[in-house]
Amino acid sequence: MPQHFVAPPQWEWYIVWYFFLGGLAGGAYLIGTLLRLLGDPRDEGAARLAFLVAFPAMAICPLLLTLDLGHPLRFWHMMVNSRTWALNFKYWSPMSVGAWALLGFGLFATLSFIEALVRDGRLGHPIARGIAAVMGGALGRVFMVVGALLGLFVAGYTGVLLSVSNQPIWSDTWALGGLFLASGLSVGAATLAILARTRADAFATEGKLTRADRIFIVLELLLLVAFFATLGALAGRLFAPRWIVLWLLVAIGTLVPLAMSRAPGAGRRGSPVLAGWLVLLGGLALRIVVIFGAQM
Amino acid sequence: MARTVGFFTDTTLCIGCKACEVACKEWNELPGHAPKFLDGFDNTGRLDDQNWRHVQFLERTTPTGSVAWSMMSDVCKHCSLASCMEVCPTNAIIRTEFDTVYIQPDVCNGCRDCIAACPYDVIGFNEKTGLAQKCTFCYGRLQNNLMPACAKACPTESIKFGDLSEMRTVATTRLKQLQAQGVATAQLYGEKEYGGLHALFLLTDKPEAYKLPSTDNAVLPSRNNMRSYLGSLATAVLGLVGAVIAFRQRGGEG
Repeated sequence: MPQHFVAPPQWEWYIVWYFFLGGLAGGAYLIGTLLRLLGDPRDEGAARLAFLVAFPAMAICPLLLTLDLGHPLRFWHMMVNSRTWALNFKYWSPMSVGAWALLGFGLFATLSFIEALVRDGRLGHPIARGIAAVMGGALGRVFMVVGALLGLFVAGYTGVLLSVSNQPIWSDTWALGGLFLASGLSVGAATLAILARTRADAFATEGKLTRADRIFIVLELLLLVAFFATLGALAGRLFAPRWIVLWLLVAIGTLVPLAMSRAPGAGRRGSPVLAGWLVLLGGLALRIVVIFGAQM
Repeated sequence: MARTVGFFTDTTLCIGCKACEVACKEWNELPGHAPKFLDGFDNTGRLDDQNWRHVQFLERTTPTGSVAWSMMSDVCKHCSLASCMEVCPTNAIIRTEFDTVYIQPDVCNGCRDCIAACPYDVIGFNEKTGLAQKCTFCYGRLQNNLMPACAKACPTESIKFGDLSEMRTVATTRLKQLQAQGVATAQLYGEKEYGGLHALFLLTDKPEAYKLPSTDNAVLPSRNNMRSYLGSLATAVLGLVGAVIAFRQRGGEG
């Protein structure tokens, strides 16, 4: 592994929450899209719930990123060169690509949110109804697929962003993008599983969400193994005593929900809700330990 | 006038006086940090937003068993293939008419991606200005046909400044001279790394001893783009397949 003498970029809590919410938003949007395209009519409530969740989670992301900047009012410099007024796009810089992807995903998440509100009867503005009408057709399905792909990108590029550096640990593995993506999918599914009980028309999909989350958790565990395998001895740095509690939370947030979904009576007595909260806690702990652990 | 400039820092001539550090701070109006009392006479610690020159005091054991200091005035390398410039999303980091690497303070928005990328621990984040800062190669002085303040102040001419081609010639000549004198460990650093550095160093130990990555380790952040995106793509495909399996099945319980 390359030996560098690099300083930490001091990416801290704003970035931790951005990575978490970006993963949640992207995961939720993808799930909403798949439920609408592949599920049965009983899944429509859960699909709407997914779009209602994806938007606010996504909307917080640019705020977090802006607040993290040394010059927050220059957030637009990510897109436009303030000297030449040319657009900034560097496909080889994940931060540059990510800024555009977040903007694009924001557009899709916003329109799908409006459509979900209209279909729920909570928004009746003519423009909103027009959007919902367009989204209900074939064009809407294409729109959702593009939005879901952007959501996937937003959920996963954050790991690539860390890797495309010379920072020890982050740049010594190819698995971070996949790991954050799998975790984002899992966190998205868990959030929807928790909230499915708040909507009568979404409750029927709770089982599917739990089942999907179980698959995403297995995927996340595989990526965790790949993450450690690629790091080799360097992974030891992430197991300093100060990080042990967080790794325990990661383990609890993956293994316990898996075990709970196999236990007799799973799905009753609120266990999907508890499992969902554990997944959220584990997903957050994972990002904290990866972001802070490499910088200390 | 456009020209390709370079530094040549001959560590065998460095006496650790830190005139370069002082001159740099004076010219660039850098207030500096509160002093740290570290090993040797080092009280700046590292390059960062306030320290654009840093004199390293590296204690080492000689082949005869005695202890010696290697001193080196470290600085931004102004790499031909610059990691900081590669990742900078705002294009605030540019290559000047002198072929140096410069952070435009009015364009930088303080995202700090460059700090994560620089393999030499050069760039620092200034909490007051909210900007990433590093050596400018005294851009203003170069535009006025003046040499950088550090090279001007160096009393032993350990820091030399001139056209990069000339610096290469001077460095090679000095290397041969030292080798002829029996300094077998003498080596040049900066000819191959990152496409060739604009700050060459004459070392008497392996580069890592001076906190410089070896030639093999001098790699760019973009090396990870393809494999990281492919890892994400494979995960996305598996996740999609998993979701399709989960959502296609009928029934509420898993």
